[in-house]
Amino acid sequence: MSEATLPPLDTESPRLSVEKPGQRYDVQGDIPDPERIDIAMRSFVRDFGAVAATYMESCIHCGMCAEACHFYVQTGDPKYTPIWKIEPFKQAYKREVGPFAPFMRALNLKRKVTVEELEEWQELLYDSCTMCGRCTMICPMGIDIASLVGLARHGMHKAGLVPHELWAVAERAEREGSPLGATAQVFEDRVEWMGDEHDVDMHMNLDEAEVLVTMSSIEIQKYPESMAAVAKVLNHMGLSWTFRTDGYEATNFGLLSGNADWQKDMSMKLIEAAIACKAKILLLPECGHAYSAMRWAGANLYGKPLPFKVRHISEFLGEHVADGSIRVKKGLGTSVTFHDPCQIVRRGGAIEAPRIVLEALGAEIHEMEENRGMNWCCGGGGGVITIHRADALRYKAFQIKMQQVEKTGADMLVTSCSNCRQTFDDGQAHFHWDKTAHSLLEAVADNLIDEES
Amino acid sequence: MDLLTFARGPALQWSLIIFAVGMLWRLTGILLLRRKPDHSEPRHTGTWRGALKLIATRSVPKREFWATTAFGQIIGYVFHIGLVIVIFGFVPHILFIRSLTGLDWPGLPNSLIYLSGAITVAALIAVLIRRVSNPVLRMLSNFDDYFSWLVTTAPVVTGLLAVAHLGARYETLLAIHILSICLLLIWMPFGKLFHTVMIFVSRGTTGALFARKGAST
Repeated sequence: MSEATLPPLDTESPRLSVEKPGQRYDVQGDIPDPERIDIAMRSFVRDFGAVAATYMESCIHCGMCAEACHFYVQTGDPKYTPIWKIEPFKQAYKREVGPFAPFMRALNLKRKVTVEELEEWQELLYDSCTMCGRCTMICPMGIDIASLVGLARHGMHKAGLVPHELWAVAERAEREGSPLGATAQVFEDRVEWMGDEHDVDMHMNLDEAEVLVTMSSIEIQKYPESMAAVAKVLNHMGLSWTFRTDGYEATNFGLLSGNADWQKDMSMKLIEAAIACKAKILLLPECGHAYSAMRWAGANLYGKPLPFKVRHISEFLGEHVADGSIRVKKGLGTSVTFHDPCQIVRRGGAIEAPRIVLEALGAEIHEMEENRGMNWCCGGGGGVITIHRADALRYKAFQIKMQQVEKTGADMLVTSCSNCRQTFDDGQAHFHWDKTAHSLLEAVADNLIDEES
Repeated sequence: MDLLTFARGPALQWSLIIFAVGMLWRLTGILLLRRKPDHSEPRHTGTWRGALKLIATRSVPKREFWATTAFGQIIGYVFHIGLVIVIFGFVPHILFIRSLTGLDWPGLPNSLIYLSGAITVAALIAVLIRRVSNPVLRMLSNFDDYFSWLVTTAPVVTGLLAVAHLGARYETLLAIHILSICLLLIWMPFGKLFHTVMIFVSRGTTGALFARKGAST
């Protein structure tokens, strides 16, 4: 795909992506096959350290991880066994990096991986893995398989073997600043529109502010009320805050597609914007992978500790509802179930904050049977939601989620990730389901206790 | 040199050397790879506690996974416990370990050892049947899985035959038993049986990293 043939975006349907491609381009560039393999493996092993090696050396082939994966559980197809998704890379590790690599090569005990194998594995590494990390919870050896999928994606991206849509949106994000067309100008316009629409003071491009507020492109384009909601909350707290057009987009499709360079570019924009306005807090939006990218990887890309704190909006709300600086009325007054976004809760550790907020809002919380760290993923994370050919598989995974929600008997469904929300919207439309996933942030903004009242 | 002298002498000696060097080589080859510093602000600082906690808690099956993994977990527990009882409870084994290390502890009654050995072999056969019949396990399995099964099962079977004096002279059976242990020792550093060490390293690594984030384990 070249710049001229970049697929147009579809921003009207329940989930945002590029339009369904007539002709798929799942192989990028025209590198000869042997070189493609070498690049994939070189860049896969480039970041290899003791942690990844530990995991690579530990699998006992017990197959238990299959039972934790929504894609395997719903299809029964063995190829969706999580650890199998990195099989070519496991082989490459043992052949190229492992302690017995010279023997492996000399005796050809682990043969070279082929381009055909990597092309076959593209579906396993991208379409059928949300990097939700539920498999990490079951592995008797404690292997963090999701992190290995992330490393394998680095190799796949370097080799030009990323699914059409995910490559297209990631490339657009690198070029335009947003995977979904929310350029700086679009962002500024929509912030202004939301300010007018909701009669709320917006702050843009301030030179100095305590809090730098970032957004996900999904919110900017599909759920713009989030921008008004965060403004209402921060104004209510009396904090100095700002949006900035030089650092606003937090989703980080560099991370999702596997391009470490783009991931760094995207993170550095936010970091530099936060430093520029002397922010004490970089506030991340309702987006799961944005949290992984900035909260845990941001400082490491920066090369030293960040001179500000990084907080997910749900953590921020939880902390300040608890300390009384956000005052809310018990306005929900209904039964609510909370969908735990994998990257924020299971893998991020912000587990109780949304529950503190929901309780303060007067919700009667009906937990799903498997909740918090054991929650089932919505099926749309890790970039899967963007890939059209993955739809049928994703809908199968989503059925677990529907059953979970239905079983709680709760009247309302709330989450704190806009990518989960659009996955729910899309699943809701597909299955003609009557449940809509609502935003935790918007629920707070709608129930703030006004000082004057 | 007769077979038993060979087994007890050079075979065992070289096996132990290969075992020790191989284990050390593989472990250092993994642990000496670089570790990038983590500059992110930790949620919790108790990483060692996290490591130890996961090493312990991951041995306890989770309620959420029990229904679908019960058979594999039970059978796994049975043969691992069986192996521990047989290896460390049988008096001649204790005497052998004492001769090597000076360590000593009381043995278990022979009848219990024989019963454990028989149950262990039965469980290992069930494990093998499951590996070839379960589509996920069959797909994941390679030479290492089957060979590791063989070198684990062989010492238990040959040990049972030796104590039962079945199939050959006792000295010959004992020699074969010791040689099967030599094979186990030689293979241990190279294949999946290395998980005897990695289980602590791998669980500990995830336990520490996740504790830092406050992530679920």
